[in-house]
Amino acid sequence: MAAAVEIDNVSKTFKLYHERGTSLKERLVKARQSRYDELKALQGISFDVEEGETIGILGRNGSGKSTLLKCICGVLQPTSGEIRVRGKLAGLLELGAGFQPELSGRDNIYLNGSMLGLTRKEIDAVFDDIVGFAELESFIDNQVKFYSSGMYVRLGFAVAVNVDPDVLVIDEVLAVGDEKFQRKCIARIKQFQEMGRTIIFVSHSADQVRTICDRAVVLQTGEMIGMGTPGSAVRLFRERLLESDGAPPAEDTAPSVDQTQKEEKFQLRVREVFTSVSELEDPVLESGDPFSVTAVFRVKEKIDSMVFVLEIHGAKGELLLRTDTDQLGLSTEAPMGEGRITFDFPSWPLNDGRYDISIGAQNRLGDVTFDWRENVASLEVIYHGRAAGLLNLPLSASLTAGGPIVRKVL
Amino acid sequence: MNPDAAAASLPADGHEAEAVVPARIKPVRVVSARVSVRDRVVEIWRTRELLSYLISTEIKVKYKNSALGMLWSMVAPAMSLMIFWFVFGVVLKNAYPSFVIYLFSGLLFWNFFSTAVSSATRVIVDRAGIVKKVSFPREILALSSIGTSLVFMFFQTAVLIAFMVVLQHAPDWHLLPLLIPALLATTIIAAGLGILLSAANVYLRDMSHLIEIVLQAWFWACPVVYSFWSQINPRLGGFFFIYLMNPMAPIVLTSQRVIYGHTYVHLTTPTHPGVQLLPTWSGWTYLAMDSFLVVAGLVLLWIALAVFGRLEGNFAEEL
Repeated sequence: MAAAVEIDNVSKTFKLYHERGTSLKERLVKARQSRYDELKALQGISFDVEEGETIGILGRNGSGKSTLLKCICGVLQPTSGEIRVRGKLAGLLELGAGFQPELSGRDNIYLNGSMLGLTRKEIDAVFDDIVGFAELESFIDNQVKFYSSGMYVRLGFAVAVNVDPDVLVIDEVLAVGDEKFQRKCIARIKQFQEMGRTIIFVSHSADQVRTICDRAVVLQTGEMIGMGTPGSAVRLFRERLLESDGAPPAEDTAPSVDQTQKEEKFQLRVREVFTSVSELEDPVLESGDPFSVTAVFRVKEKIDSMVFVLEIHGAKGELLLRTDTDQLGLSTEAPMGEGRITFDFPSWPLNDGRYDISIGAQNRLGDVTFDWRENVASLEVIYHGRAAGLLNLPLSASLTAGGPIVRKVL
Repeated sequence: MNPDAAAASLPADGHEAEAVVPARIKPVRVVSARVSVRDRVVEIWRTRELLSYLISTEIKVKYKNSALGMLWSMVAPAMSLMIFWFVFGVVLKNAYPSFVIYLFSGLLFWNFFSTAVSSATRVIVDRAGIVKKVSFPREILALSSIGTSLVFMFFQTAVLIAFMVVLQHAPDWHLLPLLIPALLATTIIAAGLGILLSAANVYLRDMSHLIEIVLQAWFWACPVVYSFWSQINPRLGGFFFIYLMNPMAPIVLTSQRVIYGHTYVHLTTPTHPGVQLLPTWSGWTYLAMDSFLVVAGLVLLWIALAVFGRLEGNFAEEL
């Protein structure tokens, strides 16, 4: 299979000037003394994105994700190296970038569409789809400056996905818009995948990467530290970041928290995780049976606010459950020394399949991670019942003869 | 991988993804620090439709919320026309017949050139929002400024024609085709300068102020309000070519020769019976000058594209 996007040893260096004059006078006066730091935003990144593949890019703020996407889109040029994009590329670096607020929605569709490389005829053909997708039928002739931010974003996304690109680049834009629209976007992305189009996807949400992507790349301070299945990439992302500099996986963490995190390193370690079936010779759980998962941990220093987090993922990486000990009614104070935390399911409610379990310890807000064990245990479930579907809920039915007929009053 | 090879191997690929997507040759776009001028030109040609959208957007938006709308684009040129006519024709009494047409024929090309260059210089900085977020050949932005100015020039031409009809002043019909190489040369030179300066302005923001001043001085180096042949040439002697090294001078002269038409005029004052207002050159001389300017303009444009390509990589960071 041919590569849709080849990223060949791409590096990007930014010059961060301490104080740079943008006027001629300042340039002349300070010509000799304009000092700068070099920031290596990307260092020798190489990977191919195969045609029809969906690649996720994971990394925390400052890891070079956005720089890489901008290079792929051609907004930035790499300092060295080359990116080859085969076919039409539509970049969603920012929804509605390039909209002209004074123009109507209609004119903006044409303007934006041609910016993404469409001819007038092609836009005519998809115009109604765009308007329909954005749900802006009654506002399409209004000036865009009167649009709400939601309408703005919907129009931007609608144009980008309807230009029918060979490669679609999406940068964290799915975080905007209401939930209904987000679902619509995800559905559209899935449809894209079925059509064999290539997608490069950056998201804050490891869960989205897990559900949408075929492969994922992990970036850390401009270097590619790994590439593989979404599950393993998410794991690497969470674990490597944790051990390298104690950075929490939550992306929107302020730098100051990083600092405190560094000093408080190894406050807590999850040492071992086992489940009620892991010791068995044949570690298979029957659906509906009780199940428990236990983590053995050690607390070195006092932690004021700490919860244990349990995540269960399905075989495709979709998140089935995330909960923590605070939500379950336990104290947020961590006991010193050795301890164990057990999550008990009186009855396992899921039918056949393989489930992955992750356990971690975070503060209550989830912005500081003390330790995280991604996919630390897995579970095979069999179901002997005859019902179909995902869930095995405690359920009974009763049948009664006679009695009054209750009619529903409309 | 060789881009051509990649495109050629596609139909033979036979993967199921290709079965859904009808096999088509997909252009390969290379993002790197070095892209040849030839590739740049190809990219610009591919996005030519965007150029027309940008121009129409610019024109639509510019006067969207103003009562007089498009008329404003006429006000400034009309004002300068009136001032020059009043100062040179009425106060200083130069007594050229149909002096308004003489002025207008020179101003037409000069206004186009100066608005094109000064608006193109600012365009990348002005549209920073797009430059930072959307990828397309950025030269298109500078070219859209040139195109917008060209449209305004056509509006002004309509007014000029109205003037000529009212004053019953006919152009030199035989030489009318000369306007084509003159306009071509102006457009190409403006595009070259505009592209060059738009990139420079990203790094040195004074460029936009500087160019305004340079354009003011440049205007007086063109024979718009005075006569090159009767007032400048005699003093330069054999060195008249120095004056003509200003590329806008031959263009303005061509326009005057064609639109104003008369080379030797009888003055309306009794003391001077007549004056050789425009050069005595033949049409071929004008054609040769304008053709030379087209070629020189193309060289400038090539250099501008090469420089622009070098500077473009850092636009998104510098803005």
